[in-house]
Amino acid sequence: MIKEKNKKIKIDVDQLAFYYGKKQALTDISLKIPEHEVFALIGPSGCGKSTFLRTLNRLNDLIHKTKVEGKIEIDGQDIYNPNVDVVQLRKSIGMVFQKANPFPSSIFDNVAYGPRANGIKDRKKLREIVERCLRQAALWDEVKDRLKAPGTSLSGGQQQRLCIARVLAVEPDVILMDEPTSALDPLATAKVEDLITELKEKYTIVIVTHNMEQAARISDQTAFFLNGVVVEAGPTDRLFTNPTKKETEDYITGKFG
Amino acid sequence: MFSKTNNNLEERIVKVILLILALTSVVSLGLIGIFIFKEGLPFMVNYGISDFIFGMEWDPLNHVYGIFPMIIGTIIVTILALLLGAPIGIAVAIFLSLIAPAKVTRVIRPMIDLLAGIPSVIYGLFGMVVVRAMIRNLAHGPLSESLPSTYQTGYSVLAGSIILAIMILPTVITISSDAIHAVPSEYHEAALGLGASKWQSIATVVVPAAKSGIITSIILGTGRALGETMAIIMVVGNTVAIPALGWKGIFAPVRTLTGNVALEMGYAGPEHRQALFATGIILFIFIMILNSITLALVKKED
Amino acid sequence: MNKVIRKQWIAFSLLSLATAMTVVILLSIIFYVMSKGLGMINVEFLTDSPRNMGADGGIYPAILGTVYLVGLTLLLATPIGVGTAIYLNEYIAESRLKKVIRFTTDALAGIPSIVFGLFGFVFFVILLGDYTGGWSIVSGSLTGVMMILPVIISASEEALRNVPDNLREGSLALGTTRWYTIKKTVLPLAFPGILTSLILSIGRVVGETAAFLLTLGGSLLIPRTIFDGGRTLSLHLYMVAMETGNMEMAFGTGAVLIILILIINFIASILLKKLVKQFS
Repeated sequence: MIKEKNKKIKIDVDQLAFYYGKKQALTDISLKIPEHEVFALIGPSGCGKSTFLRTLNRLNDLIHKTKVEGKIEIDGQDIYNPNVDVVQLRKSIGMVFQKANPFPSSIFDNVAYGPRANGIKDRKKLREIVERCLRQAALWDEVKDRLKAPGTSLSGGQQQRLCIARVLAVEPDVILMDEPTSALDPLATAKVEDLITELKEKYTIVIVTHNMEQAARISDQTAFFLNGVVVEAGPTDRLFTNPTKKETEDYITGKFG
Repeated sequence: MFSKTNNNLEERIVKVILLILALTSVVSLGLIGIFIFKEGLPFMVNYGISDFIFGMEWDPLNHVYGIFPMIIGTIIVTILALLLGAPIGIAVAIFLSLIAPAKVTRVIRPMIDLLAGIPSVIYGLFGMVVVRAMIRNLAHGPLSESLPSTYQTGYSVLAGSIILAIMILPTVITISSDAIHAVPSEYHEAALGLGASKWQSIATVVVPAAKSGIITSIILGTGRALGETMAIIMVVGNTVAIPALGWKGIFAPVRTLTGNVALEMGYAGPEHRQALFATGIILFIFIMILNSITLALVKKED
Repeated sequence: MNKVIRKQWIAFSLLSLATAMTVVILLSIIFYVMSKGLGMINVEFLTDSPRNMGADGGIYPAILGTVYLVGLTLLLATPIGVGTAIYLNEYIAESRLKKVIRFTTDALAGIPSIVFGLFGFVFFVILLGDYTGGWSIVSGSLTGVMMILPVIISASEEALRNVPDNLREGSLALGTTRWYTIKKTVLPLAFPGILTSLILSIGRVVGETAAFLLTLGGSLLIPRTIFDGGRTLSLHLYMVAMETGNMEMAFGTGAVLIILILIINFIASILLKKLVKQFS
C-alpha cells in the first residue's frame, strides 16, 4: 500500500464531465492512475466506462457534438489544451478495442502500419520492429512463417494479440484496452491476460472489463462506474474484499449488472 | 510533448484541397444558373414575358418567339408518358419486391439496370423506326378518314409518350422498390397474421406505407421525362403547333421545350440564341418546381 | 374466401404481366437494334472514316471521340467527385455546408442534359473558347464532368460509409493523421465501390447526347488533340439518323453502342458482386 502511494501518477483526471449533445454521459470523474500499473474500469454496460476510456486518447473527438469539461493530465500535460496535437497524443496512448480490428492487410503490414505512418521506410528496420513487437505480444512463434498472410485470417485471440503488437509498434507509454477479451474463448483470454501482466512492466495500462474475475486477476487498482459516476475506486484487493459503498458490494456480489 | 508537428500542415493542406473540390459542384450549379439566366432573362423581359410564354407562334426569321405550343407539347407528352409508364413501373416494383421468387428478381434486376443504361438515342432510333411505323400504320390506315394528313405520319405525341414511358420505367421501378423494401416486414406479417391474403396485405398495408417513396419515384420520373431531349426529337415530329383537343390530338406532331433548344441551337443567330436560352429558363423552372415538391415530400416524411 | 383468392390471382397476374412486358420491351429493343445493326459491323466499319456526311464509310472518328471524351471526363471528374465524397463523409460532420453541398449535387442530378448543353455552349465554347478550342473535346468533357459529378459523389459516399468505423478508429488510435488513415485504410476498402460508380459514369457519358450536341460540334474529322471538335457514337447515331436518313448506318452505330453498354454493365455487376462479398 505504501509503495503504491510513492508511485508516479501517469494520468490525473480531475472533475471530468462528458456530454453527447445534451446528454451527460460522465459526471465529476476524478481518478489518479499510477505509472506501470494495470488500472481496471468495471461496471454494468452503459455506465460510461468505455466513454471514459475514449476521453483519455480523445477518440471521442471523432463523434459529432460532444463536449468535455474538467481536466485530464498525462505526465502533467493537459491533453485537452488547444495546443495539443491529438496525433502526437494518440501516439503515446495506444488503444486495443473490444472487437479485434486488424486492417485488411498482411500481419506484417498491420504491425508496420504505425511505424510507416511515422515515416520509417527502411525494410530492415521495419522487420526488426515487427519481430520485436510480435514477440512482445507473444504472437511471434505462431505467425513467424506467415507474416504475409492477411491479419484477418488469424483466430480471434491471435487477432487481438496482433492488435496489441500493432499498438506496441508505435511505442506508447499508456495502453487503453476496451474489453479486449470479451469476444475470446477462455484459453485465448488467459493468453491475453498473461500478456497484460507482462506489459505493465513497461506500460501503464487502463482496461475496461465487465468480467470481475478478470479485473481481480490482473489489475492493481479498480474503479467502479455506475451511471456515469465513479462510485468507488481503490486498490483492487481492497475494493473486492472490502467495498465501502453499498452499490459496489451489490455489483461485485452479482446482485445486479 | 504533444505539441503540434508538421503533420498538421499536411492535414490542413489536404483539408483545404478537399474543400475546394467539394465546392466544385456548388460553383457549377451557381454558374449554370447565372449563365442560363444571364443569357435568357434580358431577352425574355425585352420581348415580354407573357408574349414569350403565351405566344402561339415561333418564327425566328421574323423575330417572333412564342413558346406556348412547346410548353403544351412538353406537358402533354410528359403526362401521357406518366399515365403509361408509372402504373407499369409501380406494378413491376411491387412484383419484384414482394411477389417474385428471389431467382426471378435476380434475373430481372440487371435488366432494369440495363434499361436505365441504354443511350437515349437508341430509344429514339427504335421509336423512329418501330413505334412510329406502328402508329403510322394505324393513323394512315384505319384512322386515316378522321385524321388530317399531318397527323398520319406516325411522328406524334403518342410515339413520344410511349418512348418516354419506357425510359422512365427504371427510375420508377428502382425508387419505388427501395420505398417498398423500406417498409418494415412486420407490417406485412402483421396483416398476414390477421388473416389478410397476401394481396390484401400488399394493397392495404405495404403499398400505402411506401406511398411517399412511390410518389417520389413518379416525380423523379417526371423530371426524367421533362428533361429528355434526343429520343423525343427523333419521334415527335417537332412541329410547333398545339395538338387538336380530343383523342385525335395524340396523333399530332409536337415540339417540346428541350427539342426546341437542341434543334435550333446549331444555326441560331444572337437574338434567336437568347430566345433558346429563355426556353432553357422555362425548362429550368419546371425542374426546380419538381425538385421542391420532392424536397417537401422528403421533409414531410422525416 | 373464394372471392379473395380470385382477386389476388387477378392482381398477381396483372403485376407479373407488367413485369413480363417490361422485359419483353427491353429485349425487343436490344434484339431489334442488334439484328439490324450487327451485320454492319466489320473491321472496315470500325476503322474507316465516314463518307457522305456519315451515310457511308465507317465510324472510326466517333469511336475515337467517345474514347477521348470518356477518358478526359473521368480524369477530371474522379478527383473532384471522390474528393468531395471524402470531404463530406470523412471530414465534416452534419453542418450547413454539408447540407448545401448535398442540395447542389441533388439539384445537379435533376438538371436536364440539354440545360447542361446550353451552359457548356455559352461558357466553355463561347466565353472560354480561346482556352478550350471552342467546340471541342475539352468543352464537352468539362460539361460532362458537371453531369456525372452527382453520380460519382453519391456512390463514392456510399462506398466510404460502408467502410467499418472500427478500422478508422484503429488507425487513428495509432496516432496517424486523418489523411493517412483515409489513404491507407479507408480508400483501399472503398475502392471497388468507387470503381463501380466510375464505370457507371462511363455509361452515362457514352449514352449522353444532348449536352454534347451543343459542346462537341459534331465534326466528322478525326480529332487530333483534345482541343479539336468531334462526335461521340451517340451523337453520330443521332446525326446520321436525322440528317442523312441512312438507317443502316444508324443501326450499325446503335449496335456498337449497345455492345459497349452491355460490357460496361457486365463489369459493374461483377464489381458489385465482389463488393457484396467483401462486406458480408
